[in-house]
Amino acid sequence: MIQVENLTKRYAGTTAIQDVTFDVKKGEIVGFLGPNGAGKTTTMRILAGFIPATAGTARVSGFDVFEQPLEVKRRIGYMPENPPLYLELSVDSFLTFVGQIKGVNPDKLPSRLEAVKEQCGLSDVGGRLIRHLSKGFRQRVGLAQALIHDPEVLILDEPTVGLDPKQIIEVRELIKRLGGEHTIILSTHILPEVSMTCQRVVIISHGKVVAIDTPENLKTKLVGAHQVHVECRGESEKIRAVLASVPGLKNIQLESSNATNLFRVEMEPGQDARGAIARAVVQSGAELLELRTSGPSLEEVFLKLTTDEIAETAGTEVEA
Amino acid sequence: MKNIFTIWKKELNLMFVSPIAYVVLTMFLALAGFFFYVIVTGVMRSSIQEMLRSQQFGGPPPPRDMVLDVFRNFFGVLSTIVLFVLPMLTMGSFAEEKKRGTIELLMTSPLTHWQVILGKFLGSLSFFVLMLLPTLIYGFFLFSHSEPAPQWGPILSGYLGIFLLGAVLISIGIFISSMTENQIIAGVVTFALFIFLWVIDVNAGPEGSGFWSELMRYLSILKYYEDFTKGVIDTTSLVFYGSLILFGLFLTSASIESMRWRE
Repeated sequence: MIQVENLTKRYAGTTAIQDVTFDVKKGEIVGFLGPNGAGKTTTMRILAGFIPATAGTARVSGFDVFEQPLEVKRRIGYMPENPPLYLELSVDSFLTFVGQIKGVNPDKLPSRLEAVKEQCGLSDVGGRLIRHLSKGFRQRVGLAQALIHDPEVLILDEPTVGLDPKQIIEVRELIKRLGGEHTIILSTHILPEVSMTCQRVVIISHGKVVAIDTPENLKTKLVGAHQVHVECRGESEKIRAVLASVPGLKNIQLESSNATNLFRVEMEPGQDARGAIARAVVQSGAELLELRTSGPSLEEVFLKLTTDEIAETAGTEVEA
Repeated sequence: MKNIFTIWKKELNLMFVSPIAYVVLTMFLALAGFFFYVIVTGVMRSSIQEMLRSQQFGGPPPPRDMVLDVFRNFFGVLSTIVLFVLPMLTMGSFAEEKKRGTIELLMTSPLTHWQVILGKFLGSLSFFVLMLLPTLIYGFFLFSHSEPAPQWGPILSGYLGIFLLGAVLISIGIFISSMTENQIIAGVVTFALFIFLWVIDVNAGPEGSGFWSELMRYLSILKYYEDFTKGVIDTTSLVFYGSLILFGLFLTSASIESMRWRE
């Protein structure tokens, strides 16, 4: 549905994005994850046809964004970070205007208007001026204007920013419901949002794609080791030796040894050594108080990807 | 065409919900009405003096079309008022869209630049026509009280002139508005430019024949306008105004395009 190849955007002096390549299948929800200033908005603006790229190609439904912009724009619903709203208009007249410029058939416009208001929870505020709506409602109007022409592709730039927790959940539910029928790209810097709503994640940092995968795979594959916290009572040096004898463990660290000893060890990927740890500790005569695993959070993956790998790639580039 | 109409409708819609439109309308009509009154009393006084003089010295009073005199003066004043008032009408045109981010909505919709620019231009122009319409009442008033019936021709050509002058100023104003996202800056720059045009006109008096006054005469957009108020519709003037309007719109298009590359 969306193919992006080697997309590059340079401004005077700086490179906003470089060689961004990814594709999105029909009905998929893809999350664009990256720190502020990573190039998320730039990529989305290029896809939406707002700004031209310096190099590379982007195609939506087979139409090139640069060569057939009108065809692409007909098929895209785009919600910028700050919803573009005419504050002096009422919700109904604003959405009607957007429907008209998006080329919605005039006969179908009234029913489309009702449908998007229903979808976005705006049915009760149709006659209100946008100026008088709260931030959360304005965000919904922004979403409604992206949906009014029932586009194949939705591009949402930080759709949940500035909403209260209840509204965030509502918007995420809405996005999930829209997936399948619509192809969705959304950007965010909120990590749980990605694991909750998206089937795939594109992590972008300093204008480069550093990883594309499902949220689960990113967690397991890229950081790999699962950590195990072992809390036990006994002589710390003896327990360390015991733990060292268990196969499949590495990086044994004593975190604290006040009343009890708290160890943190890493398991080799794909191995569950918890049973072996418990047996070894108990057999050594020490008391096992707690044994729990902690998988890497998406935050850790994200930080690792956006800091380490960039440093590494930057390093190799300098060498090259 | 449908898209231009949609943008046009939105522009007028937004103008009528914003206070600026009413301020512009009120200011314009108040100034126009005041100067019309001053001109009518002035013309009447001078013609009464002429009548008295001719009675004193005998002989018939010189023939005089008072309505035409009034309107010739009135059109002169009207052009000056328009120079002062129109910047307020166009300053927000693109600047507000840029500031609010709605330009992103327009540019990511299946519209061409030209549809947006023409829709906006025609929106402001329509509002300008709405501003001028009430001044026709003055004309009807004079017509109903004058004998013999005055000529319509020069008055209509005068209105054509002010319409074209307004269209030129609006296209320039929209261009300036497209270069900034601060509508106050757009308004001030437009105003300064219009004052400059006015200064050119003042310096382009019919006397002097040197290079500079020739140049000034050539550049002065108000000189062409004077022809219209005299009842002369010259092809040169039409072409001059037409090309200035297109020039303004082309500059706007270029400015929007370059904004996309810089964003």
